[in-house]
Amino acid sequence: MRVSTLLTAAAFAAFAQTASAADTLTIYTYESFTAEWGPGPQVEKAFEAECGCDLKFVAVADGVALLNRVRLEGEETKADIVLGLDTNLMASAKATGLFAEHGIDMTGLKVPGGWSDDVFVPYDYGYFAVVYDTERMSSPPGSLKELVEGDADQKIVIQDPRTSTPGLGLLLWMKAVYGDKADEAWAKLSERVLTVTPGWSEAYGLFTSGEAPMVLSYTTSQAYHMIAEGSDRYQAASFSEGHYLQIELAALTKKGAANPLGEGFLTFMTGPAFQDVIPETNWMFPAGETDKPLDPAFSRLVEPQETLQIGAEEVEANRKAWVDEWLSAMSR
Amino acid sequence: MALRDEPLTGARRGAAEWAGLAALGFIVLLIGGAIVGMALEGVRDPSGAGAAFDSYLLRVVRFTLLQATLSTLVSVLPAIAVARALSRHGAFRGRGIMLRLFSVPLALPPIVAALGILALYGRAGLFADLAAATGLGQWPSIYGLSGILTAHAFFNIPLAARLLLQALDTIPADHWRLASQLGMSPWSTFRFIEWPAMRAALPGVAGLVFMLCVTSFTIVLTLGGGPAATTLEVAIYQALRFDFDPARALILTVLQLGLTISVVFLLARLGANMSGEASISISRRRHAGAGRMETLFNAAVLGLAFIFVGAPIAAVVTAGLEADLARLLGEAAVRSALLTSLLLALVAAVLCSVLTYALVSGRMRLESGRRSAPAGLLERALDGGTSLVLVVPPIIIGAGWFLLLRRFADAFALAPVMVASVNAVMAIPFAVRAIRPAHDSAFDRHDRLCRQLGIRGLSRLRLVDWPVMRRPLATGFAFAMALSIGDLGVIALFGSEEVQTLPYLLLSRMSSYRTADAAGIALILAVFCFLLIMLAERLGGERR
Repeated sequence: MRVSTLLTAAAFAAFAQTASAADTLTIYTYESFTAEWGPGPQVEKAFEAECGCDLKFVAVADGVALLNRVRLEGEETKADIVLGLDTNLMASAKATGLFAEHGIDMTGLKVPGGWSDDVFVPYDYGYFAVVYDTERMSSPPGSLKELVEGDADQKIVIQDPRTSTPGLGLLLWMKAVYGDKADEAWAKLSERVLTVTPGWSEAYGLFTSGEAPMVLSYTTSQAYHMIAEGSDRYQAASFSEGHYLQIELAALTKKGAANPLGEGFLTFMTGPAFQDVIPETNWMFPAGETDKPLDPAFSRLVEPQETLQIGAEEVEANRKAWVDEWLSAMSR
Repeated sequence: MALRDEPLTGARRGAAEWAGLAALGFIVLLIGGAIVGMALEGVRDPSGAGAAFDSYLLRVVRFTLLQATLSTLVSVLPAIAVARALSRHGAFRGRGIMLRLFSVPLALPPIVAALGILALYGRAGLFADLAAATGLGQWPSIYGLSGILTAHAFFNIPLAARLLLQALDTIPADHWRLASQLGMSPWSTFRFIEWPAMRAALPGVAGLVFMLCVTSFTIVLTLGGGPAATTLEVAIYQALRFDFDPARALILTVLQLGLTISVVFLLARLGANMSGEASISISRRRHAGAGRMETLFNAAVLGLAFIFVGAPIAAVVTAGLEADLARLLGEAAVRSALLTSLLLALVAAVLCSVLTYALVSGRMRLESGRRSAPAGLLERALDGGTSLVLVVPPIIIGAGWFLLLRRFADAFALAPVMVASVNAVMAIPFAVRAIRPAHDSAFDRHDRLCRQLGIRGLSRLRLVDWPVMRRPLATGFAFAMALSIGDLGVIALFGSEEVQTLPYLLLSRMSSYRTADAAGIALILAVFCFLLIMLAERLGGERR
């Protein structure tokens, strides 16, 4: 009987989705975007008031799962917009051929290093950083070099580039700084690595439970602890070589290109009504103009002396080789 | 005596065999469909399959087998002592609580268990603090093989102990009476009475633990200390999730299946089939009295097991109590996730129990029908084949079905049905081990009599089978429920806004800095699991 209840519920849900497709915009995104404390609820309210339509979020675990869901659904996807991919997923996303060009004006955007792409529109960005526990560590490393060569008893938790976006971020950061010598640097750093977790949450969980005084995260992690918890305990270390940039992106699917609401949303997304919400819900820097000034805590964050980035095509072409290099250096 | 010469369950298949076949068909369909879906997608670009084989893969395979074998040893050997002690002392205070506590690890998401274990053995754990405070120097690092083995033992000692206890419970009371009349020493009792019963169940239990450890993923990566600790499951996950290479994911899954089948096959050769007990028990179940030395030894075994399993759970509870539980329980998201989890666990457990009973009784009828002839393929499939579902990663089943279904229907709308079915099938290997020993020994004792007396169909089920099967069925049901309530693997990929379970919510809180909330949800999960198991066992008749 209960199986049939589930079946009915499933059938009903499927019906409900097709019935109201006319003035509905469906956005696929990641879980923490639509959570109660995430940007989703406020964005939905603001856009629905503007367009007089129904905005529907469908959430999956994270950015990689997002791309996979679209791949799994293929041409039949219900998504008009996919929101939550990043620069490192861009090349594989484009290769699916499921996304359409946007044609919106992106001159108002203020992403470090500038932005021009026909398909993807940025909505926020952040920098990877080593976050440390001030109660366990008085002098954090001042550069990637100091991290690599420092006291091996002061451990760091990192993520696996084979399964996690920040893990891939650190891999690229090391590559951007060390180039061909990256494998030697990894071999040295491996003595300092407490463990390599499958995702960001496990690493951060180990860090906050006191297992290690450092973790790979974002400069904006510090803003969360300052604003939401009123605590200065966890801080990001500023690295003299610069910090690696992550830009979060949205794009229209081919189906969404036919929906008049699609382009409207992308324009809305780059404007203040959306951008105001981002800093203190998604804990990233807004990619467009905001109406309100950012919380003063954001001005206390690490300001990278240099923005490091490797082009999406280069990443896609070399990812396997670089991960293999990482594997052999770390397994030594 | 004509009955003995005329096999009543001969060539003609009875209802039980057909039910067993149907259950087997369901499982085959679930796995087969997924594999077909993956294969159809994989043939579009099969290059990944060949590229999967390199020296890195060899290392991964070696480590997978090494850690799984060691994990099985460190789980099953202590479990033998624990099960024996539990069986010897049937009535001590706290035994019921201990048994229920033993089901909780099954329901804990791996990262929660890992944090609980680290709270004791980690760098910032209790023992490290104690070592520093008493000046004993530095507590050795747990990261590496030792961490993996500790965590796997935490998950699997309780599981193996409960399953072996189930096997010990099938020893006819007459054997115990005889042992005490003959004044057998504890060693002789173990050797002649307990060991044969455990030996029959051991290959199955060890095989199950092995399979669970082969597919371990989060534990291996998180506690393993680095990418040298990588299992095949990680490679499969990477192939499908990051690289979206169905061909490579499929070939790795097939490799994982092949390796596991070989190991399980070897294990089965080590075991022995216990010959059936045809006589009906006339003595009341009574536990053999244990001498003082033995009681002390057993108390030490049980005490250690209780601390080993209980302490990380206590750490999970302590962390959970620091969360704002009142607010959490008031949140609509938490309540609906709790409801989804409960409903899912219930549906999956009912489905799992029905399927398992059909498989077990179908198999037994085949066995009794063939008499002393070697077991046929179907009987073997009904027996061990079903366990192999554990080595097919949930994300493969998920992705495969979506790839297949998307040709015909809206696959994601069917997510709730898929999640319940996959959970039910994944729990079958556990339920089989809980149900089969009792079922088979009851069948041996009662079947001939039932046939002679012409008790059949529903009246047989009600009068003969149900009273003896009630308790093992409840145990199997409880296992299935604990597994499904803690499920994350299936949910992670199917997970949509429609199927949000507690573990899913837990991870989502963790991934947005809300670690205290996550700890609170873990506590809620553990408490509900404990309550559900208590309820299931009460319904099954608690008398023991």
